[in-house]
Amino acid sequence: MTWDYAPAPESRAIANLKPSYRMFLDGQFVEGGGEPLKSVNPATEEVLAEVSTASAADVDRAVKAARRAYDKVWGRMPGAERAKYIYRIARMIAERARELAVLESLDNGKPIKESRDVDVPTASAHFFYHAGWADKLDYAGYGPGPRPLGVAGQVIPWNFPLLMAAWKIAPALACGNTVVLKPAETTPLTALVLAEIIQQAELPPGVVNILPGAGDVGAELVNHPGVDKVAFTGSTEVGKVIQRSLAGTGKKLTLELGGKAANVVFDDAPLDQAVEGIVNGIFFNQGHVCCAGSRLLVQESVADELLAKLRTRVSTLRVGDPLDKNTDVGAINSGEQLARIKELVASGESEGAERWTSPCPVPEKGYFFAPTVFANVSQAMRIAREEIFGPVLSVLTFRTPDEAVAKANNTPYGLSAGIWTEKGSRILWMADRMRAGVVWANTFNRFDPTAPFGGYQESGFGREGGRAGLEAYLDV
Amino acid sequence: MSDRLTVSKTYKLYLGGAFPRSESGRTYPVTDARGRFLANAAQASRKDVREAVVAARAAFGKWSRATAYNRGQVLYRVAEMLEGRREQFCAEVAAGEGVPAKRAAALVDAAIDRWVWYAGWTDKVATVLGAANPVAGPYFSFSLPEPTGVVGVLAPQGSSLLGLVSVLAPVIATGNTAVVVTSQDRPLPAVTLAEVLATSDVPGGVVNVLTGHTAELAPWLAAHADVNAVDLVGAPQELRAELERAAAGSVKRVLRSAEPDWTAEPGITRLRAFLETKTVWHPMGV
Repeated sequence: MTWDYAPAPESRAIANLKPSYRMFLDGQFVEGGGEPLKSVNPATEEVLAEVSTASAADVDRAVKAARRAYDKVWGRMPGAERAKYIYRIARMIAERARELAVLESLDNGKPIKESRDVDVPTASAHFFYHAGWADKLDYAGYGPGPRPLGVAGQVIPWNFPLLMAAWKIAPALACGNTVVLKPAETTPLTALVLAEIIQQAELPPGVVNILPGAGDVGAELVNHPGVDKVAFTGSTEVGKVIQRSLAGTGKKLTLELGGKAANVVFDDAPLDQAVEGIVNGIFFNQGHVCCAGSRLLVQESVADELLAKLRTRVSTLRVGDPLDKNTDVGAINSGEQLARIKELVASGESEGAERWTSPCPVPEKGYFFAPTVFANVSQAMRIAREEIFGPVLSVLTFRTPDEAVAKANNTPYGLSAGIWTEKGSRILWMADRMRAGVVWANTFNRFDPTAPFGGYQESGFGREGGRAGLEAYLDV
Repeated sequence: MSDRLTVSKTYKLYLGGAFPRSESGRTYPVTDARGRFLANAAQASRKDVREAVVAARAAFGKWSRATAYNRGQVLYRVAEMLEGRREQFCAEVAAGEGVPAKRAAALVDAAIDRWVWYAGWTDKVATVLGAANPVAGPYFSFSLPEPTGVVGVLAPQGSSLLGLVSVLAPVIATGNTAVVVTSQDRPLPAVTLAEVLATSDVPGGVVNVLTGHTAELAPWLAAHADVNAVDLVGAPQELRAELERAAAGSVKRVLRSAEPDWTAEPGITRLRAFLETKTVWHPMGV
C-alpha cells in the first residue's frame, strides 16, 4: 500500500494580503505616477494585488528625499543610534516572520518551508548583524572613521524578494547611506511590508524609499545623477548594461549576477549525503538561485551509481502548492521564466543530452516544471554553459582532479562551487583552484550574514555580508 | 502621599540562575550616599564563591558553544529588559551613587546602550581578531579567538551599574562565564541587574553575582584553581599585588587596567582580555 501525504497547507490568511499596495517615498505610502502593476500568484495565475509603480518624476522625488535624509539626519547620526534603528527592523521582521513567509510564498511561488525557514529568518539576521556594525566601522579594517557614500540606488531580483532587500538595505544603512530600492516587477509585496516595518520602526523619512516598477524604473534609478552608489542583483546581461551606462559617472557599483556553478563529486564522497547536497544545490527555490549547483561534475567511476541514487531521490520530491508544508519544489516565478526554462531544456534534447524528468504529478494550473536531470552533457552544450535558472541539472563526468578543476572553471561565471569528498586536503586543494567567490564543501547553498557572498568574473564584483561586504557602502 | 506601605525587596545573591541568601547567613547594611539605610545585602562567603565557580563552569560548555548570533540576541534581550526597568535603575543609581536624577538617567541609558554595543560584537570578534595565516607551505592555517573560560570579575566600586555592565558584558559576549563580586558599598543595582539577566534568556550560571566584602572574597576568587581569568578593576589598591600573585597559582589571565571613564566608548580591550587564540593547520593537496 502507498502512504500519501495529506495536504498540510499553511493558512493564506496569515499573509494579511491587501487588494492594493502603494510605493514608499519619504516616509509615506503614496500613489506612484507609473502604470499600476498586478502581482500574480505563480501557483494559481490569479492576481494577488495591484501595486502602484514609480514614474521618472517619482524616482527623482525619492532620490531627493534620500539626499535630504542623508544630509540632514542619517549621514550625521552617531553610529550607535543608527544601530538601534536597524535592530528594531531586525526584531520586527522576526515578529512578523510567519506573515512575511506566507506572503513571500504567495507572491514568489517558493515552498513555505523555504520562505519560513530560510528567506525570512536570514533577512532578520542580516539586519541584526549589520546593526552591530553601525557603531563599529572603525574596526572593519578600512582605516579610521570610514565615511558613507551618500544615496544608494538598489535594484533587486525576484528569486529572494525580502532577503535581497535585506542584503541591500541593511549594510547601506549600517554604513550611514540612505536608500532608494526597486523590488522586482513580479515580486514587490514583501518589500512593501518591509517598508511598513521601517515606518513602524520610526526611521526618519527618506532614509529608505521603495519604488516598485519594471526595468525602466530601475534604469531611471541607477542613471539618476543624484545617486552615489548603485547595487544590482540580477542577470549578467542587465549587469553589463548598468556597468556600461555608469561608466564615467564616478558612481560606485557592485554587481551580483548570474552563475553556472560546478558541484564536483569525487569517488570517495559519501554518496547519499552528496545526493542530498546535489538536490539542495539545484532544486532549492526551484533552481531560481544565482549560485545554484547547476553543473554536476561526477568522477566517472561513481557516475552510474550516483545518477541512479539521484533519480530515485529526485522522484520523491513533491512539486505543487507552495503553501503546503510538505512541498519541496514550488512554482516557477513567471510564465516568462517558464518559457525560458522550456526553451533551454529543448535545446538540451536537440543537442543530444539524455533527459530524465521526475514522474511526479504536477498541478495543471500555475507555472510548474518537474525536476529534470540531463545526463551525457558535453561542455559545448547550451545547458552546460547558460544559466537556466530553473529545476534543471546538467551532469558531466571527469576522471582526475585536474580535469575536474579545468571543467569547473570552464565558464565565464564564477559565483559558487561545490566539492564532495571525504578527504580534507583535497577539499582545500580544490577550493584553492576554483575560480569562484563561494566554495561549499560537503554542503551547498549555505548563507549567513557573517559570510561574504559574491562572484568572480562575469558573476559580478563586490561582496555582500561579512566585513568584506561593508566596502560596497563606504567611501574607501 | 498614599497610605499604602510599599513592599521592600530582599536583595540576595544570584547563583546558577537562582537567588539564594548567603550560605553563611550573613548580611550587611547598605546605605545611600548620605549614609541613610537602603537595604540589607547578602554578605557572601568563601563557600558562596566556590558555589559560584561551580555554576559558572557548568554553564561554560553550552554558552561557549552557542552560536555567536544566539549570544548576540541574548545580550540584546538584556538591553530590552533593562530599558523596561529603567526607572528602577535610575532610582537605585541615584540613591547609591548620590548623583542627581538626570545624571543617574544618563548613566542608566549608557548602560543600556553598552549591552547593545557588546551584543553587536558577538559575531564580529572572529572576523576582526581572527585570521587566515599565509604559511609557507601546502597547508591551510587559520587562527580564531575562543573564550578563555570562567572569569572572575571584581566590579568597579564607584560606578555601580554602568561600570558593572562595562566589565560584565564583554566577558560573556565572547562565550566566557562570569563570577562577579559587586561594588561593596553600592551593590543594589547589581542585584537588580541579576533579576534582569534571569529574565533575558541568559542561561543560569553564565553570570553569578556575589555581594559582600571585596577584600574578603577577592583572594578566594583570585586563587581558585578552576577560574581562568580575573578582572581586578574593582580590587582595593593595597590588595592588587597579592591578588596577582594568587592568580599565578593557576596561570590566570589578569586584567590590571586602571579604571577608565565608563561613559567613553569602550573599545575592544575588555573583549580581547578574555580570549584565547586557537591556530588550526590542515594539509592541502590532492
